[in-house]
Parts: sequence; C-alpha cells; structure tokens
Amino acid sequence: MSGKRRLLQGYTFMAPALAVIIIFTFVPIIYALYMMFFKVDLLAGTRTFVGLDNYGKIFSDPKFWAAFKNTGEYVMVVVPIQTIIAMVLASLLNSKIKFNRLFLSIMFIPTLTSSSAMTLIFMWLFNNNGLVVNMIDSLFGTKVQFITNPDLALAVIMIMNIFSTVPHFMIVFLSGLQDIPPVLYEAASIDGAGKIKQFFYVTVPQLMPVTFYVITMGVVGCFQIFDQAFILSNGSGGPQNSTLTFTLYIYQLAFTSNDMGRATAMAFILGIIIFMVTFIVNKVMKADEVNG
Amino acid sequence: MKMKRQNNILKTTVYTILILYGLLTLVPFLWSILTSFKTTAEISAGGTFFPEKWSFDGYETIFQSQFPTWVKNSLTVSLAVTILNVIFNTMAGYALARIPFKGRQFMFSMLLMLIMIPSQVTMIPLYIVISNLGLINSHFSIIFTTMINITYIFMMRQFFINFPRDVEEAAAIDGLTRFGTFFRIVLPNARASLATQAIFVFMGVWNEFMKPLLFISSPDKYMLTQGLNALSKQYMNATKWDVIMAGAIISIIPIFIIYVVLNKYFLKSNDQTAGIK
Repeated sequence: MSGKRRLLQGYTFMAPALAVIIIFTFVPIIYALYMMFFKVDLLAGTRTFVGLDNYGKIFSDPKFWAAFKNTGEYVMVVVPIQTIIAMVLASLLNSKIKFNRLFLSIMFIPTLTSSSAMTLIFMWLFNNNGLVVNMIDSLFGTKVQFITNPDLALAVIMIMNIFSTVPHFMIVFLSGLQDIPPVLYEAASIDGAGKIKQFFYVTVPQLMPVTFYVITMGVVGCFQIFDQAFILSNGSGGPQNSTLTFTLYIYQLAFTSNDMGRATAMAFILGIIIFMVTFIVNKVMKADEVNG
Repeated sequence: MKMKRQNNILKTTVYTILILYGLLTLVPFLWSILTSFKTTAEISAGGTFFPEKWSFDGYETIFQSQFPTWVKNSLTVSLAVTILNVIFNTMAGYALARIPFKGRQFMFSMLLMLIMIPSQVTMIPLYIVISNLGLINSHFSIIFTTMINITYIFMMRQFFINFPRDVEEAAAIDGLTRFGTFFRIVLPNARASLATQAIFVFMGVWNEFMKPLLFISSPDKYMLTQGLNALSKQYMNATKWDVIMAGAIISIIPIFIIYVVLNKYFLKSNDQTAGIK
C-alpha cells in the first residue's frame, strides 16, 4: 500500500475525532491563552486589552483566597481518607471471603449515581429533619445544623465525595491486588508474618504504583469539584463563602459578574496548580518506590 | 490452635467491616426511597425511618411537572452521544494503532497533552464558541462537545494494538477494503470494548451537570440533572422532600438497570491510563 493511500485512510478514520477536538478543545485552549489578557464583556460585546491586570485583580481578591483555601482543605482531607478506605476495603474483598461479589456489587452503587441526585440525597440526610441530624439528636440531644453552618457545610460535601468516589478507586485497587504475585505472601507467611503484617509489608509497597494513580486522580478530581458545591449552595458558594470552590468561583466570575477574561485567567491558575501538584505527587511517590 | 482462633477473630472482623460498610452504602438510598413514599406533613414533622402512611404524592407531582420531558431529553441526548462516541472513538483508535500514516505519532502526542488539560480551562472559551455557532439552548451544544472522548480513543488504540493482524490480512485478501474490514471484521470482534465504552459514555452524559448548566437555558430543554436541581429549588423550602427524592430516585433507575444487566462490565477496572503507558 502506498504512503499516500495510507495518509488518506488515516485521516479519513481520524476526521470526525479531529474535527471535534480542534473546534471544541484546541480552539478554546488557544482562545483561553488570548482571553486571559483581556477584559471581556460578553453582554456589551467589548474586549479591552488589560495585560496582566486580570492576574493582579485575582491575587488581591479575598474571594479568590477563600476559594483557594476551601479547595486546598478539600483536597487535603478527601484524598488521604478516600485512598485509605478504598485500599483497605479492596484488600478485605480480596481476602478469601464468601459473598465478595455481593459486597462489591452493593458497594459500587454510589459510583452510578449522578452528582446532582447524590447531592440532593445528602442535603436531605443532613437537613433539619434528615436522618443524620435526627440520629445525632437522639444520641446527643442536640440538633446540629449542617447545610447552613459555615463550619460544617463543606464537610458535608467532603463526606459525599468520599462516599461516591471510594467504590471506583476500590475497583482500581482490586485489580492492582490481583497482580501481586502470591509467592510474596507465601514467603512472608513462612517468615512468620501474620495477615496484618503482610498487609503493611507486602500489600502496601506492592500497590505503590496503583496508589500513585489513585492519589493523582483523586487530587485532580478534588481540585475540580463543582457540581456538589453549586447545588448545595444554590450557586452562591455560601454560607459565608464556605463552599466556594475554585471552579464555582470561576463560574461566578464568568456568568454572574460577566468578567470572562478574569475567569479564564483563574481557570489557567487552576490548570497550573493541578499540573504542579500532579508533578510533585509523581516525584515523591517515584522517589519512595526507588528507596523502598 | 492459637493460630486458628486468631484467624477466626480476623475473619469475623473482616465480615463485620464489610457488612457495616455495605449498610453504610445502602442506608442513604433506602432512606431516600422511603422518603419518596412519605407525605409532606410526615416529613416536616420529623417522622420515623419507615413511612407511617404510604403516599404516592411525590411521584404524582413529578409526573405532572416537566420531569418526563427532562427524562426524554436526557435519554435522546445520551443515546445519540453514545452511538457517536462508539463509532468515532473506535475509528480514531484504529487509525492510531493500525494505519501507519504520516503525522500519526504527532497526533498521538497532541492527544496525550490535551487529555491532561482540565475542562475548566476551556469552559469559558468553549461557551463563546458554542454561542458563536448559535448552539446555546440547543441539545446539539451538548452532543457536539461530548461526542468524542480521548480516553476511549486511547482505550481502543490499546485494544487494536493487541488485535491479531492475520484476521485483517485474511479479510484484505478476500477483497475487503479498509472500511469494509473495519466495519465487518474488526468491529464485531471488539464487542466487549465497545460495550465498556458505550456504558461509561452513556453514564457520563446522563450524569453530566456542568455542560447543561452552561449551554441550556429554557426549562423545556433541560437535561435531567439540571431539572433535578430546578425541582429541588422549587420544593425545598416547602420541605417537600418526597417530591425531590422521587425525582432523584427515578433519575438513578436507568443507570441502575444497566448496572444490574451488564454488571460484569462495571466491576472490572477499566484503568484508563492503561492505553497510555
């Protein structure tokens, strides 16, 4: 077959994908790189060059720092907890137990649920007459307000996120566990290590690459948190900016304040943060792998 | 003897943890289902875990609202997007794996880079592109922006790299063209990968919240997730959680049915980076 013919075939097969990616991903990226130096007012149809002014405004904006703090806290709390729960559950399911398929099938259900349905379910659980509030009331005799309390609203979203992403990562860990050679466990067992020691000395180190993947995906996902915060706070990020996440603030800047240039600049900062954190996690974990 | 007793304790602990976590998973859903059958009066009074009086008011309210339209919108868009994704991602994956054309390596590297860029970066310019194309408030805005998924292009590329070459060569000898081979020989052999792709694409669009929020503005065009949000705003202050929960539960049912029927595709890791390494 001639090179020309292969070229034609190759591009014919790629054409639909290429067209969509160019128009709806590539063009927007280039456009974003341009927009972040402008003040864009879509309603008035004006575009004024402002240089780095968008960035200046962002860094002197207390709401930006509130969103930064909330999202940072969110990542620091959610990622370790969900990674540990997913790893432990996967190891338990992987030990020779009965009904593990049934356990797995039940535990996977939260992953199927849309963020909007899940948020409504959790808002009801943590509402005034909701199950959690009622249970705390009957145990401790106090009615705790969650959704309207600036100290607790973000915690509800954290719990929800852990609840709905653990099953997915559990499956990832399970497939990682199946790749660990049984010989390692036999050797450890001959050396007198019990099941719990085996977990820490064989399972955890052997799962390192999978754990790296899970942490990275967790960090990337948590930094992008939007749907739950938007629905829970009705788009406001309240009470008192306590659920204002990075992406929610980008959305507000673009579609409430009509300041698309600044919103794009902030999205770019988010992209850089995600990239850097992923890079650091990668470095730290790789170093561990070599030493350990 | 001692070892055996220790093992029994360990086993009991394992089962206890698994059962507790299983319950923890189920209780929010059970509670929501039971709520959807309560009366609003019972809900605002606090009430018990089980309904004192079973009521279908929540579901009646739902079906008299625009909810059925939203279900129809979501079904139509999700099905269209799924079909387009399966065809186009697979074609692209096939080309990247099997047709050695000029520029292929460059394209692969570009895709690798694009997949790492978070959607927030493109969100606002994408809105402007869609609005310039006159697609705001049209379902095509969602279809066009979700009809390709680089992750599944990589998954299919990986599949075709491992696909035996001689099957294709035999087809070529029999006089089939590249397109003929692709549609008649290659695709039928890729059924399992296509099913995985279809399931996760469908679920992704069905559960998508942000794109409808950005692109769709009139209630008769709402996607289900967006409609649910609107519904909750309408009924939350009146503590009509029976209505809201009825909506949430119905919205989960289609995915749940797919899950029960095609369970095996869900419970294996489709580790999406596998294609990249």
